[in-house]
Amino acid sequence: MNLFVILKRTFDTEEKISIANGAIAHDSAEYIINPYDEYAIEEAITLRDTHGGEVTVVTVGTEESEKELRTALAMGADKAVLIDAEELDHSDQFTTAAILATYFKEQEFDLILGGNVAIDNGTGQVGPRLAELLDIPQVTTITKLEINGTDVKIERDVEGDVEKIETSLPLLVTAQQGLNEPRYPSLPGIMKAKKKPLETLELDDLDIDEDDVEAKTKTIEVYLPAKKEAGKILSGELNDQVKELVSLLRSEAKVI
Amino acid sequence: MNYALTDEQAMIQKMMKEFADEEVAPGAEQRDKDKAFPLEIFKKLGKLGIMGLPFPEQYGGGGADTISFAIAVEELSRACGSTGITYSAHVSLGGAPLYLFGTEEQKEKYLVPICTGESFGAFGLTEPNAGSDAGGTQTTAKLEGDQWVINGSKCYITNASYAKHLALTAITGNEHGKKEISAIIVPTDAKGFTVIDNYEKLGLHSSNTTELVIDGVTVPKENLLGKQGEGFKQFLITLDGGRIGIGAMAVGIAQAAYDRALAYANERKQFGSTLSKFQAIQFKLADMAMKIELARNMVYKAAWLKDQGKKFSKEAAMAKLYASESCMQICSEAVQIHGGYGYMRDYQVERFFRDAKLTEIGEGTSEVQRMVIAREIGC
Repeated sequence: MNLFVILKRTFDTEEKISIANGAIAHDSAEYIINPYDEYAIEEAITLRDTHGGEVTVVTVGTEESEKELRTALAMGADKAVLIDAEELDHSDQFTTAAILATYFKEQEFDLILGGNVAIDNGTGQVGPRLAELLDIPQVTTITKLEINGTDVKIERDVEGDVEKIETSLPLLVTAQQGLNEPRYPSLPGIMKAKKKPLETLELDDLDIDEDDVEAKTKTIEVYLPAKKEAGKILSGELNDQVKELVSLLRSEAKVI
Repeated sequence: MNYALTDEQAMIQKMMKEFADEEVAPGAEQRDKDKAFPLEIFKKLGKLGIMGLPFPEQYGGGGADTISFAIAVEELSRACGSTGITYSAHVSLGGAPLYLFGTEEQKEKYLVPICTGESFGAFGLTEPNAGSDAGGTQTTAKLEGDQWVINGSKCYITNASYAKHLALTAITGNEHGKKEISAIIVPTDAKGFTVIDNYEKLGLHSSNTTELVIDGVTVPKENLLGKQGEGFKQFLITLDGGRIGIGAMAVGIAQAAYDRALAYANERKQFGSTLSKFQAIQFKLADMAMKIELARNMVYKAAWLKDQGKKFSKEAAMAKLYASESCMQICSEAVQIHGGYGYMRDYQVERFFRDAKLTEIGEGTSEVQRMVIAREIGC
């Protein structure tokens, strides 16, 4: 089975993030594989171990993204492809999906897996857009995946409920938390990662014209969430507390 | 000059950091209370190939370097000092002498199970009257036919309850009134071999520290590890490597204490502002950050020298001495910054403080490190 994982290098939202000149300050942020993409990698490796085949991890990024690709190789992926898009000044979900689609049109694939959403921009668009461009079925936020020949049975998370879907390969799915428990890269995996193939493609290699993948959106401003102020604990008789709460919600918080 | 970690080292650091935060830290406080050995954690580390980290792949090891070993020890110790020392001793006292001095057959038979995690590694050196002063060794091994007959006792032996075999030092002869000391590999299930696990310790409660009683234990002649009469020399070389491990352990505990102290100082309000706004506390935290940085650099340097095949005795002693004394100071200040809360178990710095003390004692006290350094600089 030809399994592909599309992954994104993103900053770790659990670490400190600061903003300089209207963008995330790169040198103060910690970078990781987008956590939802880790579920996709884990699922792909497990599927390969059961059904045979090969796992290729693909990212659209810069030279720096090599680190995350190597980590995926250390986890057990077989090959990695870095599509270097550093020359693009602006990019958005359209850009990434269009570049990936150009790449995938030249590949033989059975299943493409991705994260349900990236924790940085949080749009959840690249996977579905890519499936549309490739004209293949897509199922998002999956929590269970069973493959039998080309038949696929899926359970997906719909706002806390489970939806069961039957579809067939070729297919694109995006992973939701609960699909699996991503493994740690093992030491032998880490030591072998460097010897596994990692191919770097420039946009030229894919015959992509910058204008054709130009971002459809513009970022106006980037800012951190307002700092959380200390909460207020009300006291006194319950009835008085309710009254005070309502009046505060109206006059101070201005939410009602 | 290049201060950057290699790709592999960086990946090992990231993996060990995540493993330590997710698998080791959560139960550390409870294990310390229950004096529970972290066996499950080590099963997982075995599956990840970490137990034989610095040994060659042909013996089931990971083929990584000493810097990676230091990184692994630091990250485990940051989450749990007991787990850190167990791992450090497993590799540098249990595995290393077998790798350095063992014959091919001995490596196959004894190093492989250590690398795979099937057995823990341990080393029987210290006796009631002998530690760094090997001259006080009283355990004897007499060659009778094709068998060593061993009698004596050992104390403060890490991991022995979980080791299938260990190397121990014994007097194998007496030349010109000078004791001849050799190392011999002994299976822990041998007749006459008893492991006693009932020390009451200050800290590191979930690590395994034992007494060994060796009463007429017989092992085949070929269990001699290395050359007869070179046991003392061998264990000095072994301890050089072990000191990098204890240094890394001290850096890990210090980092944990500092992280807690900094977070607390940024949260705790007194006299109208957070503690971190007071210069007295700022200076404490600045000193802590500086000492950790320096200690880690020295540990890495000693490890790097070892990886380059250069002499590293002096640097390993300096790294261990500086890191352990800094660790003790940092843990003490971390408790101080926490005030009354720091003296309580809930805030964890109390555990770090207790665990830290061992780093100034194990694998050569601070005083012995100074002796080593003094000898190396030509005193």
